[in-house]
Amino acid sequence: MIRQKCEVLSAKRWGVYNSITMVAPEIAEEARPGQFVEVAMPPGRDFLLRRPFSIHQASRKGGWAGTLEIAFTPVGPGTEWLTTVEAHDFLDVIGPLGRPFPLPKAPTSCLLIGGGYGAAPLYFLAQELRAKASRVDMIVGAKTQERVFKPVEAKRLSVSVSTTTEDGSLGERGKVTDVLPAMITRGETKVVYACGPNAMLRAVAEYCSEQGIPSQVAVEELMACGMGVCWTCVVPVVHRDGKGWSYERSCYDGPVFSGARVWWEKWLGGRSAPVQTPPEGFRMEEMTAEGAGTWPAG
Amino acid sequence: MAGRVSLATSLAGMELATPVLAASGTFGSGRELAGMVDLGQVGAIITKSVTPRPVKGMPTPRMAETPSGMLNAIGLQNPGVEAFVEKDGPFIERAGVPVIVSIAGRSVQEFAEVAVLVSKIPGVVGIEANISCPNVERRGEVFARDAVAAADVISTVTRMTHLPVLAKLTADVTDIVDVAQAVVRAGAHGLSLINTLLGMAIDVEAFRPRLGAVTGGLSGPAIRAVAVRCVYEVSRALPDVPIVGLGGVVDVPSAIEFLLAGATAVAVGTANYFNPHATIEIAQGIGEFLAARGMSGPEDLRGRLVTPSQPQEPAYQGG
Repeated sequence: MIRQKCEVLSAKRWGVYNSITMVAPEIAEEARPGQFVEVAMPPGRDFLLRRPFSIHQASRKGGWAGTLEIAFTPVGPGTEWLTTVEAHDFLDVIGPLGRPFPLPKAPTSCLLIGGGYGAAPLYFLAQELRAKASRVDMIVGAKTQERVFKPVEAKRLSVSVSTTTEDGSLGERGKVTDVLPAMITRGETKVVYACGPNAMLRAVAEYCSEQGIPSQVAVEELMACGMGVCWTCVVPVVHRDGKGWSYERSCYDGPVFSGARVWWEKWLGGRSAPVQTPPEGFRMEEMTAEGAGTWPAG
Repeated sequence: MAGRVSLATSLAGMELATPVLAASGTFGSGRELAGMVDLGQVGAIITKSVTPRPVKGMPTPRMAETPSGMLNAIGLQNPGVEAFVEKDGPFIERAGVPVIVSIAGRSVQEFAEVAVLVSKIPGVVGIEANISCPNVERRGEVFARDAVAAADVISTVTRMTHLPVLAKLTADVTDIVDVAQAVVRAGAHGLSLINTLLGMAIDVEAFRPRLGAVTGGLSGPAIRAVAVRCVYEVSRALPDVPIVGLGGVVDVPSAIEFLLAGATAVAVGTANYFNPHATIEIAQGIGEFLAARGMSGPEDLRGRLVTPSQPQEPAYQGG
């Protein structure tokens, strides 16, 4: 957890999405896929809290060394303000925060699923997985074509890509879960990673649990501090032994959780089902959180 | 540059390096932030409230940002006093900062239970009795809404510990001075004024409350004017009782307001969320503020408020 004044290198707009690349060498050095940063808002306004953004890219080497990129859509006063930020402005940033996606120890076949701009951290993850010789397939979905996040980039990073839109304007008409079974079969998927709307994460996690495939999902819940002290951003998580549950902080114990251990019914409501336990044969210790030493254990 | 300024503050028998504390629930016990914030420069940390047994807390969403503030409804989620002593105890002992443990309970007995156990933790310098958390199941559990119930808790807690006890009060009462006088008579060594104000916000698209618990505690600059008024009223009625002023302290001027209103120290709450260095920066800024005015310490500000001469008996008060 580092606090830095970061110079904005570029502020771009592609389609409905905005992106800001900033100079943040220390944060970029420590950042792992799935982690996020908290960006301070300007003083003298009536919105006070930092805004959390998942890390879209963190470049540790090469021409863009020491930079971080976040992606967002303006949805409220904070993100509206961020769209006015320009190159050479400075942002007060805290990061990297939270538990990253755990990476498999040995090369394996991974399916990455992103919904809307929730796909942002998956490109960073895909690079890390490929660097470790894992197979990467991707599903990127959105409501409409212009909301599909970087489909070309997805193609470049993965063996196969499936694109879905709810209105059929790009790729298959439907939701990411409609193509999920076929993609799992095609890639002989052993691990699923997902980031996007919570309802999508739930659908993905429940399907994976049925199939006995481990899933790691990056959740989103309203957050005040991002640093583990306010206890607002909690998610009900079933204990490792399957007995009992507790509200865990998505900023500190997450945002990445095992999809099998999130108690979706409690969190998002809907049909009631018994408390889920991790699927048979899935042992957490088979996965290791790369760079675990950089984030404080919960 | 005027004479030397010392920020050292004596608060109800607790010796603090600065008069700027971290408010309960906004700093944990300091563990999460220790890697980024130099805790040694924080006046004191008031921990997140501890109860006798684990509390799961309220459903989500637990937070809603509101104009110049935020609502929260955590519902006192905590691992219970046993786990607290085991996990946070060793950290507190070597944290290098005075720690005041905030305690909560649903009955006088529960407060007593927690007070006994946390008093044994080395490094704990005081207890804050949170008798005013608005996010509890029954309104009757907000002891500070009733002078008699509040005094009951405080007289028991002060008997159960050798440490100074601060009573944290709510402004959601008809007359906060009544409650303050009652808890001071019951033995409170100091007062923390004020807790969050009970509030509510509604999502007009969804026709739903923005909090899972429907209502929650409002904090931040939005409540500062209420908090300053409470500190002012109580300090005039009880000039010898040390007060920790809190509610919307985000910068040096807001901290100075509380000191002028009669507080001995201030606590930073919501501001920690967006500026985890706020307690340290504000303490430094208070030092500069005092130096620029030739004052030697924060105590020089107490009682310095210039008020208009009081009319005899106002015929009527209010707008």
